[in-house]
Amino acid sequence: MAFLGHYNYYIVVVLMMIGFYVVIARGNMVKKIMGLNLFQTSAFILFISAGKIMGGSTPILRDGVEVYSNPLPHVLILTAIVVGVATTAVGLALSVRINEAYGNIEDDLLSEEEPDDFALTQEPSRDDDSS
Amino acid sequence: MTLIEWMPFSVLIPLIAAPVCALLPGRVLPWTLTFVSVLASAVICALVLPMAVGEGPLSYAFGNWPPPVGIEYRVDAVNALLALLISAIATIILPWARVSVNDEVPDRQGPFYALFLLAMSGLMGITLTGDVFNVFVFLEISSLSTYALIAHGKNRAALLASFRYLIMGTLGATFYLIGVGFLYIQTGTLNMVDLAERLPALADDRAIRTAFGFIIVGMGLKLALFPLHRWLPGAYSNAPSMVTVFLAATATKVAVYVLLRLVFSVFGVEFALAMPFEEIFFTLGAVGIFFASLSAIKQTSLKRMLAYSSVSQIGYIALAISLISTAGLSAGLVHIFNHALMKGALFMCVGAIVYRIGSDRFADLGGLAKQMPLTMLAFVLAGLSMIGVPLTAGFISKWALISAAIEAGNGYAVGIVLIGSLMAVIYIWRVVEIAYLQPAPDNADMSRRREVGLSMLIPLWILIAANFYFGIDTRLTLDIATRGAEVLMGMTP
Repeated sequence: MAFLGHYNYYIVVVLMMIGFYVVIARGNMVKKIMGLNLFQTSAFILFISAGKIMGGSTPILRDGVEVYSNPLPHVLILTAIVVGVATTAVGLALSVRINEAYGNIEDDLLSEEEPDDFALTQEPSRDDDSS
Repeated sequence: MTLIEWMPFSVLIPLIAAPVCALLPGRVLPWTLTFVSVLASAVICALVLPMAVGEGPLSYAFGNWPPPVGIEYRVDAVNALLALLISAIATIILPWARVSVNDEVPDRQGPFYALFLLAMSGLMGITLTGDVFNVFVFLEISSLSTYALIAHGKNRAALLASFRYLIMGTLGATFYLIGVGFLYIQTGTLNMVDLAERLPALADDRAIRTAFGFIIVGMGLKLALFPLHRWLPGAYSNAPSMVTVFLAATATKVAVYVLLRLVFSVFGVEFALAMPFEEIFFTLGAVGIFFASLSAIKQTSLKRMLAYSSVSQIGYIALAISLISTAGLSAGLVHIFNHALMKGALFMCVGAIVYRIGSDRFADLGGLAKQMPLTMLAFVLAGLSMIGVPLTAGFISKWALISAAIEAGNGYAVGIVLIGSLMAVIYIWRVVEIAYLQPAPDNADMSRRREVGLSMLIPLWILIAANFYFGIDTRLTLDIATRGAEVLMGMTP
C-alpha cells in the first residue's frame, strides 16, 4: 500500500524523465518545447501533491471543518504555471521566427549552419589568418 | 520613509517603469525613462550599501506580513554590493548604448528598453529577496526578458542562440524549482533564514540532499559552469552589443550569488562539507578555466572569444568557492565585482568596434588601432586587468584567490590560476597583435573606420578608470567582500 499510496510521486518521476528525454533527444523545436512543458508540469504535480492532506477540505475557513489542505503550494504553482505559459509563448514565438529565417526548425540541421553565422556581416566566410 | 522602506524601490522602480516604457514612442523618451529609473535604482543601492555593511541585515516585509509568513527582502553586505554593481553597471551602460542601440535595434525601441528594465529588475529582485521561491519568480522574469533581448540581435543566428538559451535556462530554473519543492516539503518554509534554522536537523535527510543536487545543477546551468556553459557563447556573441555588455557584467554573477547564498547561508558550511561539493566545484572550475581559455584562444571573432573567456572566469569563481573558507569566498566575491568591471569594459570596446566597422571578426580588425586609438587602448588596458597585471582590479582578485588557495594548502589551485592567466595573455595578445601590428585588410571600408563619439568613450573610460581605481584602492571591494564572506559563512539563525 505504501507503494500505491505515493503513486502521484511515481507519476511525477515518469513525466519528468519523459519530458527531460524529449528536450534532449528531439531536434524539432516544437517537440523540445512540448518536452519542456512536460518537465515543468511534473514539477507542478510534485508541489501540488505536497499540499494534499488526507481528508483535508478546501482551504476556506468555515464551520464544521477541522482539516484543510495546504493552500501555499497551490499559490506557488499558479505563479509557476504563469511562468510556464510565458516560457512556452516565447519559445513558440522564437520557433516561428527561426522558421521564417531558416526555413526549418530542426535543431540538428541548424547546428551545422551556425558557425558561419558568427560574424555580424553576412559575407561568405573568408580564410582566417589566425596567428 | 526610512531608508529600509526605500530599499525595495530599487527593484520596483524599473519594474513599474517597464510597461510604461513599452508604450512610449520614438527613441528619446524610452531611453530617458530607462536611464532615469536605472539611475534612481543605483542611487538607492548606493545609499543602502553602507547601512547594510554597518548595521547588518536590513529586512523589509512586503505587505506588512512579518517573515517567515510574508515575503521578505533581506539585504546584507553581499547582496547590497551586488545590487549596487548591477544598477551601477546598468547606469554606465545606458549612455554608451544609445548610438549602439540606434544602430542595431532601429525600430520599436520602447519595447526593447522595457525588456532591458525587466531584465534588470529581475536580477535586482533575485539579489535582494530573502525567499527561495521569490528567487525563482525573479529568475524567470529576468530570463524571459533576456531571451527576448538576445533575439533582438541583427543576425538570424541570434534567434537560434536565444532559443537554445531558453531551453537550457528553463531547464535550469525548473531544476531549481524542484529543489525548492523538496526543501518546502521537508521543512514547510520558503524563507531563507527560517530554512537555515530548520535544515541542520535534517542534514542526513535524503530528500534534502536531493534538493541540494537539484539546486546546484539548476544554478550551474544559469551561471554557465563548465560543462553546462554551451548556451553562453552563442547568446553573448549574437545579442545586441548593449545586451552583451549587460549580461556579461551581471547575469551569471547573480546566479553565482544565489548559489553562494543557498549553499553557505541556507544549507550551511557543514552540509556542503558533507556533500562532494568541494571536489565537484574544484574539478569543474579547474577544467573549465583550462578548456574555456583554450576555446577562447581558438576563436576568430572578438565577442565569441570574450564569451569563452567569461566561461573561464566563472571557473575562477568556482575554484574560489570550492575552497570553502572565508578567504576563498571573499576572493570569489571580489572576482564577481572585478570581472564585471573588466568584462563590461572589454565588451564595450567590442560594441564600439562593431558600431564602427560592423564586424567583430579578427580578419576585419587589422590595423584598427590607427583609426580607433582610444577604443583599442581601452581594450588593452581592460585586457591587462583580465590577465591580472598589478595595479589593475584583475590583479586584486587573482591575488586574493591565490592567497586563499595557499591558505587552504591547495597548490593545484595556484598552478591553475597561473596557467589560466598565461592563457589570457595569449588570447588578449592575439587581438593586440592584429589591431596594432597588422595592416588593414584590403577590403576594409576606411570611411567607416573612425574613432567613436564621446557618448561611447566616456562611459568606456569610466569603467577603465574603475578597473585601475579598484586595483589600487581595495577598501570598497576587498573589505566589503570579506565582510560579505563572513556574513555568508555565518548567517546564523
